Amino acid sequence: MSFVTAENIFLSYGSRPILERVNLTAEEGEFVSIVGASGCGKSTFLRLLLAQETPTKGEIRVAGAPPAREPGLARGVVFQRYSVFPHMTVRENIVAGESLRSRWGRFFGTEARAARARADETLARIGLDHVADQFPATLSGGMQQRLAIGQALAAKPRILLLDEPFGALDPGTRLSMHDFLQELRAETGMTVFMVTHDLEEGFKLGDRVLVFDKPRWDPQDPNLNGATITYDFDARDGGIPFQRIKEDTHVLRPT
Amino acid sequence: MRLINRNPDIVLRTVLVALPFALLLLAYALGSEARLAENPSDKLMPSLSKIGETAQRLLTEPDRRSERILFWHDTGASLIRLLLGVGISAALATILGLLIGLLPYVRATLAGFVAVISMIPPLAVLPILFIVFGLGELSKVVLIVVGILPFLIRDLSARVLEIPREMIVKAETLGASTFVIALRVALPQLLPRLIQAVRLSLGPAWLFLIAAEAIAAEQGLGYRIFLVRRFLAMDVILTYVIWITLLAFLMDLTLRKLSQRLFPWTQATL
Repeated sequence: MSFVTAENIFLSYGSRPILERVNLTAEEGEFVSIVGASGCGKSTFLRLLLAQETPTKGEIRVAGAPPAREPGLARGVVFQRYSVFPHMTVRENIVAGESLRSRWGRFFGTEARAARARADETLARIGLDHVADQFPATLSGGMQQRLAIGQALAAKPRILLLDEPFGALDPGTRLSMHDFLQELRAETGMTVFMVTHDLEEGFKLGDRVLVFDKPRWDPQDPNLNGATITYDFDARDGGIPFQRIKEDTHVLRPT
Repeated sequence: MRLINRNPDIVLRTVLVALPFALLLLAYALGSEARLAENPSDKLMPSLSKIGETAQRLLTEPDRRSERILFWHDTGASLIRLLLGVGISAALATILGLLIGLLPYVRATLAGFVAVISMIPPLAVLPILFIVFGLGELSKVVLIVVGILPFLIRDLSARVLEIPREMIVKAETLGASTFVIALRVALPQLLPRLIQAVRLSLGPAWLFLIAAEAIAAEQGLGYRIFLVRRFLAMDVILTYVIWITLLAFLMDLTLRKLSQRLFPWTQATL
């Protein structure tokens, strides 16, 4: 059985269908980009994966576990904004990734010291060790998102969900965030779902690109039909997976 | 250059800050002088020096009958009532604000109720408080609580609801329970707002305190003001009014500084 399965998902708000007949399977370690026009339900689908909302019909399973009814440790998430806690320092934010699950939400004594040491390692890895004692509000947007991803990974989730994580960043920062995410993924082999507006970003980072759109469009009542996955591209090798040259031909080819 | 783009420099700013105070003093001094010139035994606007003398007498000389300096006793009694009332209100409002803001069940139960209760004019129930809680300290503290608690609850629960949903969901994905979300995510972000709300409610708190003391008390700043009103002792009244104003201002200042000290993250910027 696949790592993530979504079976025949329907979701409607009242009588208004948002998603219909969404089927998806993803393997462990896959990076799935989700693109589509505004209001086509891609963020809604991410919220379903996150279990922040439950589908009207159908089931989503992660790692064979029964369908979740609320967000939990199995799913890590990074939103476009508000993904870190403003009242904690950068280091405390990373520690919170491990400590919030405990009874009092914080560690004491040796446990706290060990967690701080681990947090410092994480911060060094994500390049934020020089700002460990500052508050997130003093960081740039890119650094805040790096912190948010580091915090989510500190909780060791089974899948990582990204909702337009780089949407508010400038193009240069965005590129360096792509490198950061790719490195992190090479290290951890995370299963990632990322909603994005940026097609190029989706194809660059993803192994697959899902396109959400409405397959039917009623001119009298545009809200009559919900959206579903209309395309499922294999995005490995720059989107041309089956034209891989297997022999060593000693001919110049695009890298 | 447009007026909105003109800023006074530091010297002028200081002068401008002091200006209205100076003008008020000057107007009072002139008015008082004019009245006293006409009638030297006028009691309505005693001269500034007279107020100064009275203040000195009030602050240092003990009462002949009770052998106590009434000024400090009044201050102590009033402050204890005020701090009790405001403290109890703040503590209750924090707990209820968190519950209403975080838990849909509690919100459904209490939000409408608090909205209606907060419309009751507190002074209208003052007689009930006197009947139920007696004329002692309790009824005065309860009046302050009744007066400011509904406002504090409404304000704080709204502030909890303002915490972005994303942040709550993020905490959920890190495995936080409802209790941990309240304790580690919502409460720390609520506390600076609590201090702000308390600062705003200090004015009403003083109002209710003085109203309660005016009606039934044996000591207290409001009690003394309404007592000496009978003798038209404007010098005493004005001394007390200035003192109350100063106390309220200092409390406000202390709370503001405290908030900056305790919650450095609220001022953190890039």
